[in-house]
Amino acid sequence: MAHAATADVADNTSGGPQVKLVSQRQRAWRTFRRNKSAVVGLGMIIFVVVVALVAPLIAPHNPIEQSTINRLAEPTSDYLLGRDDFGRDVLSRIIYGARIALLVGVTSVLLGGILGTTMGIVAGYFGGRIGTVIMRVVDILLSFPDLITGLLVMAVLGAGTFKLIIAIGLTITPRFARLAYGPTLSIKEKEFVEAALALGQRTQVILSRHILPNIAGELLVLASLWTAQAIRLEASLSFIGLGVPPPTPTWGQMIRDGTRYLTDYPLLSLAPGVALLFTVFAFNLVGDGLRDVLDPRSR
Amino acid sequence: MLRHIIRRLLLAIPTLFAVVTIIFLLVRVIPGDPARAALGDNATEEAVNTLREQLGLNDPIWVQYVNYIQDLLRGDLGTTLITRQPAWEQIRFVLPHTLELAAAALVIALLLGIPIGIITAVKQNSPIDYTGRIVSLAGLSMPAFYLGLLLIYLFSARLGWLPAIGAGDFSEPADNIKRLILPALSLGLIEMAFIARMTRSVMLNVLSADYVRTARAKGLAEHVVLVRHAFRAGLVPIVSLVGIFVISLIGASVLTEEVFARPGLGKLMIGASKQRDYTLLQAIMVLYAFIIVIVNIIVDLIYTFVDPRVRYD
Repeated sequence: MAHAATADVADNTSGGPQVKLVSQRQRAWRTFRRNKSAVVGLGMIIFVVVVALVAPLIAPHNPIEQSTINRLAEPTSDYLLGRDDFGRDVLSRIIYGARIALLVGVTSVLLGGILGTTMGIVAGYFGGRIGTVIMRVVDILLSFPDLITGLLVMAVLGAGTFKLIIAIGLTITPRFARLAYGPTLSIKEKEFVEAALALGQRTQVILSRHILPNIAGELLVLASLWTAQAIRLEASLSFIGLGVPPPTPTWGQMIRDGTRYLTDYPLLSLAPGVALLFTVFAFNLVGDGLRDVLDPRSR
Repeated sequence: MLRHIIRRLLLAIPTLFAVVTIIFLLVRVIPGDPARAALGDNATEEAVNTLREQLGLNDPIWVQYVNYIQDLLRGDLGTTLITRQPAWEQIRFVLPHTLELAAAALVIALLLGIPIGIITAVKQNSPIDYTGRIVSLAGLSMPAFYLGLLLIYLFSARLGWLPAIGAGDFSEPADNIKRLILPALSLGLIEMAFIARMTRSVMLNVLSADYVRTARAKGLAEHVVLVRHAFRAGLVPIVSLVGIFVISLIGASVLTEEVFARPGLGKLMIGASKQRDYTLLQAIMVLYAFIIVIVNIIVDLIYTFVDPRVRYD
């Protein structure tokens, strides 16, 4: 979005019209703030981020320290959510699990977002045969469910945190390419792009200064919604057993490990699931809220 | 009409061709040796090489590609690396279970999702709308395997009403249906959220249209306005979203089959991924692509029925 300041007539309570200068960014923030569920979502995200950052300080125990005599021990005041089948503290593992969820969620969206946006803008701006080929490939990749693309890439690459980020990043790439492509096509015909060209600005500058800012808002919405999807995807792949290898605590794997004791000790599976649902829900709330800010019609 | 269908089918051929090529490249380009992967790290160099030779992996990539396409054209999806059976044999065995699950989930999703979408749109910004929106957003946030686990915990582990795993046999319909209920409910509720959101936003657009106002002004009963005028117009954009919906359904069905230990395409694919059985994986991907292309053609055809403005010539 451009940062041009626009005049906004403030509430007229003390007589005489008061004109206040409000930047578009400030106005967007105001609209966002009025959307209660989005603000709640933002608060939830901040909570998870803080928990992940200070995990070593707040986790009551070492999340990977095993104690076989205490396996599947019931919750106590010291071990609030009890211990898993290796005698590890469930609460501490959930707290540390936030780190992997956010790490994978955010970095894979960054990777896929940068790669995809670049592809979309380049395909839209230069067009031609290469542009068409890129978008055809993008459309075909889009026709597969993200989980299936993720499964295929993980099967080829093998398990590992870094590989998981690549796999999820690759499934996200075409979504950003699709989003960036359309607007680029229409924006490149606008007068300000023509003016910039006439001024002799380099292509790079035109793409990054003139085209990118105009689609930044929509990219932000997609980034938020896809962070939610990426975290869900990470948990799904970890649940399947093709994600982050043990002993690193991840919510998906904790849920999987707990399924064996679902009848007698449901907390093992159900508790990390609550953390997962909470986090994914938070990013979806914010994404939805951001979309309302940008497109008031959809409210 | 028939000409239109034939034309649409012919147009699908290059698309399918492109999909198959991309799947082929995806598996080849990403580093890793399928033969080594299939035999495990302890296999001797010699054994790996023999398998590479058998699979034709030592040939130049374009030779492999041509062979692969020729096999596909003959309807040969390849031989799996692990069981050394034709991939189609394994797929054929599990496919009915997946179709059964998808169909049941689809019914649940439509029966619940469309009314919820309409009600939340009509009562926009009311407590009902608010609750409905939160519930459907929660549904979109819910990983399919987690909802499945919750259902298993409640209805199998606690209440003991329904079996938790397996799919039963088609020769015993009662058992088969009993084992279908929980997975179908799990998948259906998740997709319901998707449909409800879609219907709501479509209906919001339609409800503010002039012809709806006119219909109300004529004094028509509200349910007639909603069903005859608004929903019928809303059907067009809803049908166009069915393609996206089927993609979402396939993705969620994979996790549902995994958590309910239910035989099916998704479970087969997970197994193939874990054992790194590239041929089986490739075969299942091609089948998914085929299903998705066919669904898109059907959507296209339905489109011409629900929207008379779309002409086929």
